[in-house]
Amino acid sequence: MDLGPAVIGRRGIRFVSTMGGLCLLLGKFVLSLKHIPRSRSVIFQQLYVIGVRSLPLVAVISIFVGAVAAWQAAYQFKFIGAPLRLLGQAVGKAVVIELAPVLSALVVAGRVGAGIAAELGTMRVTEQIDALDAMGINPVRYLVMPRILACLFMMPLLVMFADFIAVAGGLVVSVIGVDVSSETFLNGFKNSFKLSDFINGLIKAGVFGFIIGLVGCYEGFKAEQGAQGVGRATTTSVVISSVLILVFNFIFAVVLFRI
Amino acid sequence: MQSAYIHIQGLRKSFGEHPILKGVDIAINKGESIAVIGQSGCGKSVLLKHLIRLLEPDEGTVVFDNRDLVWLNTAELVEVRRRFGMLFQSAALFDSLTVEENVGLSLKEQRLLSDSEIHDKVMDKLNMVRLSSAADKYPEELSGGMKKRAGLARAIVNDPDVLLYDEPTTGLDPITADVINDMIVELHKKLNVTSVAVTHDMRSAFKIADRIVMLHDGRVEFDGSPEETRITSNPIVAQFIRGEAQGPIQER
Ligand SMILES: Nc1ncnc2c1ncn2[C@@H]1O[C@H](COP(=O)(O)OP(=O)(O)OP(=O)(O)O)[C@@H](O)[C@H]1O
Ligand SMILES: [Mg+2]
Repeated sequence: MDLGPAVIGRRGIRFVSTMGGLCLLLGKFVLSLKHIPRSRSVIFQQLYVIGVRSLPLVAVISIFVGAVAAWQAAYQFKFIGAPLRLLGQAVGKAVVIELAPVLSALVVAGRVGAGIAAELGTMRVTEQIDALDAMGINPVRYLVMPRILACLFMMPLLVMFADFIAVAGGLVVSVIGVDVSSETFLNGFKNSFKLSDFINGLIKAGVFGFIIGLVGCYEGFKAEQGAQGVGRATTTSVVISSVLILVFNFIFAVVLFRI
Repeated sequence: MQSAYIHIQGLRKSFGEHPILKGVDIAINKGESIAVIGQSGCGKSVLLKHLIRLLEPDEGTVVFDNRDLVWLNTAELVEVRRRFGMLFQSAALFDSLTVEENVGLSLKEQRLLSDSEIHDKVMDKLNMVRLSSAADKYPEELSGGMKKRAGLARAIVNDPDVLLYDEPTTGLDPITADVINDMIVELHKKLNVTSVAVTHDMRSAFKIADRIVMLHDGRVEFDGSPEETRITSNPIVAQFIRGEAQGPIQER
């Protein structure tokens, strides 16, 4: 691939214009918040579509995330000779602080964020968004605001659920595969559990949800004509939100979890 | 000269490097029914979208009822847009709503009428386009002609002063197309509106319009009555209405 100055320049411009566009949409979203009361029904509908329907997927990935966390921790513990009674602590911390929020957010970006981009992108190319404007209905209020709010509120709930399932998955693997009793595992988990870790995980989840909703809506809105346009919007939304999630996650780590 | 109801002056619009409209002037009087004809891709939809500021001009102005659209604030723009009804090229019905909900959405969002008043008004409009039996269907269950009629009902639900049609008959069989043409003529008379249709279907243009404007190469090539259009010696217009491959217009 050619990476001459022209290509880098073009990519740079696209990056800056995407970030600018996201900020602009963010501003319009904030302005539309005053219409929350009249948009109740659309918001509830999105809470269901975005939150409840993501539960099965989040449950499945969480079981395996917890399971592999327990397995790998045990493997490391053996290697460095750490006592296995700390397994519950290691799994609990890893899940609550990092694994559940980040991995749930990434799969939700793939499911919900892509879904939003595809839905709004289709509405854009079939002129449905123009039709809203033509009827004097603000598309940001009618389409964007409910979706971003739903992502913002449902992501922390999903992560709470993921925390629970992942720890359970870790517990099962510890008992069956590593021969640590469930009391030992749960004691380790309880003794090290800090409410602030848990809350920080949920705050991160909210921010990730917000990113997913915002990027999905933005990419959908600027989808270009044709089936390719919608496809590209969908892919781009997943790529951009995944990158932003990981970047923000690192910023959170540095700010919230002081070494 | 008395000022026109809708006045497009020196309208220019480019997308990226491609100039689409290169200075379009059209003056439309109240109560007229205009057809804008032109080749596929010549910018007919783009022109129509400028009339309700779905697109903004690079240069030039669009004046409606003595108000330059560019200077309207959000609330004024909403008020002006509600005086227009637009039938989109693809009908642009909302997939997730039934026909009745599609037609009533604008009224519901305005929150001026009760649910039962909205229902009555929507059914009245659906009767006008003879679609009341499909009120509970979703867009995907409708044929092309029914979609256009649902879009028509939605366009007239606010009792607009101006109706805009983007290719009302494209993609329909000749008989269904003629039903839509009749409906447009009927609505024009019954609702006492100003109509602007863009189309490349000459049968439709002759049937619905009392004035025909031809757009070519980003400019107005011709502007006259249907009779003048039929007998014009302008080679570009003559080629277009006869639908001939040979002539000054090249396929693009
Ligand atoms: N939002 C947009 N962004 C970029 N290009 C656009 C946009 N809208 C229209 N165009 C381009 O402008 C040109 C004219 O488009 P337009 O849809 O107005 O054509 P048309 O005359 O309505 O043709 P058709 O009969 O096919 O509908 C096309 O080349 C199209 O690709
Ligand atoms: Mg068109």
